[in-house]
Amino acid sequence: MRKTLAPYLLIAPSLLFLAVLFLVPLVQTIRLAFRAGQAWSLGNFARMANDLNFSDAVLNTFRIVLIVVPLQLLLAIGMSLMLRHIRRGRDLVLWIWSIPLGISDLAAGLVWLAILNDRGYLNSALFDLGLISAPHSYLTYETPAALLGAIVLAELWRATAIVLVVLVAGLQLVPKEYAEAASVFGASPWQIFRRVTLPLLRPSIQTALILRTVLAFEMFAIVLALGGRNMPVLVSEAYNWQYANQDYGVAAAYAVVVMLLSLAATLVYLRVLRTPPEQLA
Amino acid sequence: MNRRDFCIRSATAAAGALLGQTALSPAARAADLVWLSTQLRPIEEASKVRQVILKGAPVQPVYVVDEPAPFTVRLEAELKTNHHTTSLIGALHGELQPLAPIGGLAPLDDLAARLKDRGIPDKLMALGRFGTAHQLYIPWMQATYFMAANRKALPYLPAGADINALTYDQLGHWAANIAAKTGRRMLGFPAGPKGLMHRFFEGFLYPSYTGGVVTPFRSPEAAAMWEKFAAMWKSVNPNSTNYNFMQEPLLTGDVWIGFDHVARLLDALTHMPDQFVTFPAPAGPKGRAYMPVIAGLAIPTGAPDPKGAAALIEYLTQPATQITTAREVGFFPVVNAKLPADLSPGLKLAVSAINATQSAHDALPSLLPLGLGAKGGEFDKVFLDTFQLIVLRGGKPAAVLDRQAAVLRKLMVEAAAPCWAPDAPSTGACPVL
Repeated sequence: MRKTLAPYLLIAPSLLFLAVLFLVPLVQTIRLAFRAGQAWSLGNFARMANDLNFSDAVLNTFRIVLIVVPLQLLLAIGMSLMLRHIRRGRDLVLWIWSIPLGISDLAAGLVWLAILNDRGYLNSALFDLGLISAPHSYLTYETPAALLGAIVLAELWRATAIVLVVLVAGLQLVPKEYAEAASVFGASPWQIFRRVTLPLLRPSIQTALILRTVLAFEMFAIVLALGGRNMPVLVSEAYNWQYANQDYGVAAAYAVVVMLLSLAATLVYLRVLRTPPEQLA
Repeated sequence: MNRRDFCIRSATAAAGALLGQTALSPAARAADLVWLSTQLRPIEEASKVRQVILKGAPVQPVYVVDEPAPFTVRLEAELKTNHHTTSLIGALHGELQPLAPIGGLAPLDDLAARLKDRGIPDKLMALGRFGTAHQLYIPWMQATYFMAANRKALPYLPAGADINALTYDQLGHWAANIAAKTGRRMLGFPAGPKGLMHRFFEGFLYPSYTGGVVTPFRSPEAAAMWEKFAAMWKSVNPNSTNYNFMQEPLLTGDVWIGFDHVARLLDALTHMPDQFVTFPAPAGPKGRAYMPVIAGLAIPTGAPDPKGAAALIEYLTQPATQITTAREVGFFPVVNAKLPADLSPGLKLAVSAINATQSAHDALPSLLPLGLGAKGGEFDKVFLDTFQLIVLRGGKPAAVLDRQAAVLRKLMVEAAAPCWAPDAPSTGACPVL
């Protein structure tokens, strides 16, 4: 009796912690989104959808997610494979690559703002080199492509390391013998990567993609620092409705949309990247 | 003592120590009077409040600052849970407004009667009643918005223009002149996420062109005004939608001419008083509209120490304290107090622009939105959205104004807010014609 209860008792505090600080606010948010005064209503969603920034926010969010996440995955796979071939100083390289992980979103946004604004390091450097005669603006409503590029760059710099860390851990679990056996049978490095490493890495890729995509849908501080009002995304609109417009219902509706998108993306990854049962054994 | 006993005992001791500490600290804190303010937030200003302005106060409060949004959320939460920590609040008229309809502000009628001899103008006192029968805040400090220009911009002024009596057309020509001759767009507005651009529309542009804010929202005059403003925007620095405080681009030289709140220009004026000139915002066909800014002091309902808070309000509205406040942080007296002649050059620039604004022959005071309750944020959004649709996205003014007028009309009806000056008084919700 005691033995069977013990594991439940031990996980009870963490379950309680999550339930109180996660599930309760979640239920409250959903309730808030579907209420108007005392009645149930879709009014908040209608207001959200009719707002002039809603379609821009949806488009911008998807643009950023669809550009950033695949690029980060490619970069992280490349980096983790390169790391495999480093003998001395591997830990140092890994450590330097993960520095951006320790920096808050907002700080990362401000770092890139200091580089890219009109008086930033980039403009100063170009001016000192004699390449430009007056500062270039990259972050205004007149330069949406450059602004998107700046946000993608900042996101790549800051958050590729999350994917990298997951993949490095996954790669360590892949025995080198498989690759060696494949090369004995005459497989080229590309074939080894394509047919051996990548399929074995699939569970880690799944985890990394879920983590990264959910976080990318929630991206906020970097966009706010670099784009301000010029680049609305879903979470920044939620923030505006909550604080500037003080309409908590519409803010909650945005939060529900972000949650549904994250859930949908997670389900897609779980389904598309599921590990075949024979590999689990 | 076996090992298990030892563990239990040390755990109990640790818990006791923890409990003891938490039991002590609130007791030590409960005696302090907490003054929560959305104004004078930057660390330099906050320390001036603590070390200079409050020196000699009858009660020494704990001066806590917070941003406007969390400020409202915190006071609403204190009200809902009936757990009050704050005794005195200092905030702008518009930030105190949402607390009035939910009963968050204690009536201060007795205090207002005691402060009669301070000479606070009746118009200001009336703002503090939010259209009710009770005094809900006492005016604390005032400010307004004006324009500042780098002296480098002066040679480009259109011929015959008097900088202290500019019209919007002349401002447009001035900026266009600079753009044509230097190739740079040097006029700037604070249209960033934390900028006060909405106040420019509500208190300056709209009343100057239409003589009102709400009623003539979609009038032909308003459509013509947006047409002109969109044309002027072609000479406006495109970074304006990132500017929150115009003092920064003015100091770096990214912008030569800027419009903002005095507190958001003052850094530029105090750092380089020789480099800048200050002048009132321009005039339109209906006059030189300007919006006064009023910060007020209030006592939340259920405050732990209302007596101490009232004593502090009396202290903060004394003429001597008001002059110290102006000298230290650049907000001006609401009471009858004469500013000394030895102000710093930056403050003098600010005072001269404010005086020129208030005493202009065509001055048209435009009040802060009144009676909107929690809808204040959405009211601002109507103007910012209209700006975004017409000026930034190139929408046709008439069509955009029709769409936005419907939003504004619904909002005014929901808030049941009567018109405020310069709109003509209304019975019931202020109509959007």
